[in-house]
Amino acid sequence: MKKFRTPLKQVRGLGSAQDGTHHWWLQRVTAAALVPLSLWFVASIVSMSDADYVSVVTWLRSPLVTVLLLCFIWALFHHAQLGVQVVLEDYVHSEWIKIASIVAMKFASVVLGLASAVAVLKVSLGG
Amino acid sequence: MAEFLLPKNSVVKSGKTFSARDGAKNVKRFRVYRYDPDSGENPRTDMYEVDVDACGPMVLDALIKIKNEIDSTLTFRRSCREGICGSCAMNISGTNTLACTKAIEDISGEVKIYPLPHMPVVKDLVPDLAQFYAQYASIKPWMRTQTPPPPDGERLQSKEDRVKLDGLYECILCACCSTSCPSYWWNGERYLGPAILLQAYRWVIDSRDESAGERLDDLEDPFRLYRCHTIMNCTKTCPKGLNPAKAIAEIKKLMLQRSL
Repeated sequence: MKKFRTPLKQVRGLGSAQDGTHHWWLQRVTAAALVPLSLWFVASIVSMSDADYVSVVTWLRSPLVTVLLLCFIWALFHHAQLGVQVVLEDYVHSEWIKIASIVAMKFASVVLGLASAVAVLKVSLGG
Repeated sequence: MAEFLLPKNSVVKSGKTFSARDGAKNVKRFRVYRYDPDSGENPRTDMYEVDVDACGPMVLDALIKIKNEIDSTLTFRRSCREGICGSCAMNISGTNTLACTKAIEDISGEVKIYPLPHMPVVKDLVPDLAQFYAQYASIKPWMRTQTPPPPDGERLQSKEDRVKLDGLYECILCACCSTSCPSYWWNGERYLGPAILLQAYRWVIDSRDESAGERLDDLEDPFRLYRCHTIMNCTKTCPKGLNPAKAIAEIKKLMLQRSL
């Protein structure tokens, strides 16, 4: 407690951020999307465990598979960055470290997500 | 970072033992947290042996017996001794509950008694609840209306609307749920906690209140409301058998209802 400030002053703080529902809802929506997408992805990879290079590339070049893989990558990284942000907010209490780690984590998610998407597109569209 | 270890001056040492009188047949051991900030010493746990044949059935009865007959320096809050005031909320054998409604015979072995977790301790079993009460005040827990009441009577409510308050109005603000919540431990200065959110929901859904929107506006915050990660400790520990986690989920549903 800071000196000479009432508990109510502390609790009211800077007021409500008028935000949070969108974050919470998107985390649920991406989670729901990830249930079928992850099952499909894992099942596909397992079923191709002893397939050769050509048959995997052929599989990946099917438009449906390409689109589903891009959806999977988007949902996965979006869900991950929403979740990790909550963890950082929960446990990191130094304001600057918190902001810096959230920004770094978001940048990393974008870079990794785009890299995954480009990898899929290169195989899918490449000659 | 969140603190996972106790600061050095909070490490609990073992304290004195007060043995039962000779001839006591049915002895129960009570290990009680003791802390006096004025002494400058670390907290300690004292062991009291109580003859439960000469004691009332509840943990609070034993604490009162200890204070009256064994060690008058023991400090704790109590008032109604029947589960309606919430004063004697404390951590008994690992669970936050009311000492007055917790039967001694339901606890096997030694009875361990600590103050409510992760709150500043005033003395012994008395936590500082100033922030908790300020959080309650911050949700404006009273009827907020623009329409004046009818000149010839009270504001009426249908039976169906009254039923919606069941499971909410019984909350006695003992703080057992909020102080059992890890999210409240880590972010209690910004997260309102289960007890206050249950109370907030009680006013949001009151058919006579006209400020549901403003109330939801005040809660629309990543910390005030959305630190709830449905850990469910609140519902598990509530000595009144209420379900704060459900009330919080209902608030989230209303938030979604007005934004989709």
